[in-house]
Amino acid sequence: MAALGDPAAATRAPGDEEGGARSGADLTLEHVTKEFGAFTAVDDLELTIPSGSFFALLGPSGCGKTTTLRMVAGLEHPTSGRVLIGGRDVTRTRAHERPVNTVFQSYALFPHLSVVENVAFGLRRRRAPDPLGKARDALELVELPHLADRRPAQLSGGQQQRVALARAIVNNPAVLLLDEPLGALDLKLRRQMQVELKRIQTEVGLTFVHVTHDQEEAMTMADTVAVMNAGRIEQMGSPAELYELPRTAFVANFLGQSNLLRGTVVENGAATLGVDVDGRRVRVPTARSVSTTGTVLVGVRPEKLHLLRAGDQAPESCNVLGPGRVTDVSFSGVSTQYQVHVPGLGTLGVFVQNILGGAGAALGEEVHLACAIKHTFALDGAEDATSGAVRLDARDV
Amino acid sequence: MSIVAALGHGPGNGPAPAPVRRARGGAYLLLAPGLAYLGLFFVVPVVALLATSLYVPVPGGDVGQFQPAFEWANYTRALATYWPQMVRSFAYALIATLAALVIAYPMAYVIAVRARGRVFLQGMLLVLVIAPFFTSFILRTVAWKQILADESFVVAAMRAVSLLPPDGRLTATSFAVVAGLTYNFLPFMTLPIYASLERLDPRLVEAGADLYANGPTTFWRVTLPLSMPGVVSGTLLTFIPASGDYVNSVLLGNNTTTMIGQVVDSRFFKVSDYPTAAALSVVLMVAILLLVTAYVRRSGTEELL
Repeated sequence: MAALGDPAAATRAPGDEEGGARSGADLTLEHVTKEFGAFTAVDDLELTIPSGSFFALLGPSGCGKTTTLRMVAGLEHPTSGRVLIGGRDVTRTRAHERPVNTVFQSYALFPHLSVVENVAFGLRRRRAPDPLGKARDALELVELPHLADRRPAQLSGGQQQRVALARAIVNNPAVLLLDEPLGALDLKLRRQMQVELKRIQTEVGLTFVHVTHDQEEAMTMADTVAVMNAGRIEQMGSPAELYELPRTAFVANFLGQSNLLRGTVVENGAATLGVDVDGRRVRVPTARSVSTTGTVLVGVRPEKLHLLRAGDQAPESCNVLGPGRVTDVSFSGVSTQYQVHVPGLGTLGVFVQNILGGAGAALGEEVHLACAIKHTFALDGAEDATSGAVRLDARDV
Repeated sequence: MSIVAALGHGPGNGPAPAPVRRARGGAYLLLAPGLAYLGLFFVVPVVALLATSLYVPVPGGDVGQFQPAFEWANYTRALATYWPQMVRSFAYALIATLAALVIAYPMAYVIAVRARGRVFLQGMLLVLVIAPFFTSFILRTVAWKQILADESFVVAAMRAVSLLPPDGRLTATSFAVVAGLTYNFLPFMTLPIYASLERLDPRLVEAGADLYANGPTTFWRVTLPLSMPGVVSGTLLTFIPASGDYVNSVLLGNNTTTMIGQVVDSRFFKVSDYPTAAALSVVLMVAILLLVTAYVRRSGTEELL
């Protein structure tokens, strides 16, 4: 019964109650599947999140990321598979028995309790000594000690968000779950909270699992990002890894933007592949190719493309595409975004940093595009090149 | 940390939005019909009632003839004579209110929480709650007379399981009166509680579970406190009319279950003792007002209402 009364007991070091070693615990999902009727929300998910890390589950709405989070919290139960926290199988346990706390998207603060009582709620349920003192310490951590006696309704959105965070963190959970916690905040506040969340995570050292559809949010905060799509994890890795070397068209398009060109492998070298893209030869490092035979999607990030105007010399070891015509120029101060239409390849996006000052290519100008071979990547040619791309009519919340 | 400090005092403490300019005249115009109605049919009668409660009989006049006076003794006399009925009324109303609460809360909970999302089922259950209103209050109370009659299956069953002695009966008992009151005011208890529970955000219940509260604890610490506005309005809507009710005690009781409503009725219509009837009405009104004020204060739900 001890495990029931104190759900975190199994995963916490004895000194924890006094605020000693705070490290969180590993979270493992083994072949987790969740079906709602005929709809598979989460499909055979395999995931291990090491203790103390800041992990982001990134994906569009409906990709199964929130369902995954709710299964870890115990608010949903998997159709099959196992959930392990700190090595202990918690699949069959209910939410209140798990050493996990959630920061809900809507905050879900109890309107009938004061801020400090909201924060003390979990401590009181577990009969922790001095719940109010600890709750005030947690409010100190989120820098809201002066609002302890207010009601949640008297707080702004950003303040409520912090209270929700304090209410979860104060319990020193093995895993802290954040369900789009910044979704309801305006852009400026969201940026500040991103920094703030990262600071708190470093300070308390808990395992954070953050669910978001905002790729920038995931990349700025998380050590490891898992990109989810249609109930599966497309790719997992550090933000830089995912960005520089996407392995699927979905990741290439959802995480930043990519130019994806369909071509056929015509030369299979040890170091580079030769790919025929609409009659032009493009080289791709073999190590950066998902598929080395047949049809592939050759990808390059817009900022890795260089505009070559008439008379410009192509740099060394580059793929050169073109000629194409500039169809759109949008200047944003820091950079300029060009759309270049290359006959036979379609329209490619190019980001040019405003380093030189002065005007770049003009609308309608004929240009070539160059990209270092080491920056190109190749994906499986069977994929839909537009998968995961932002569609203006289906923009996420 | 200056960012954070700035954030802490962020939008919540910003300058208040400019007050919307009020069109005072328009508001009063909209209120006028309501105020006129209340003035004519509530304030005037209450003043008349207060005046009547202090009248004295016309010396040498007929039965039912009174003249204006300040006869405060009407109150002491009325209370001295009828305090048992007054106390009984409040006792019956209190028991009926508690019984209705015990029956209505689980019912409202099932309709609002368990049937959440199943619109048709919810609608049907709510219709069932309101269905009794489709027939007359008197008819339904008379029907209870049949249900609780000596030869009814209810009495037979209660005798069989020794809940009632072999010669025990239910009609013309205080039990029948309270049962009638409970039954008649049940929808008034159920609907406000339903409304409160329906508004309850299910995510708060999930938050409770997430914060180590099991089912019963979440109910006790989250669901119940948040449904208190419904409980308070339900108990008021039951207790107030139940304490003044006389139909149930007339139809289901006997001469030892007389409630204050019956006394007012008989003082007024049978013996034309208007001052006593008026004095008892005033006492009932004031007593309810005091009890309700104390109750609402104590339950501390003002800010949730």
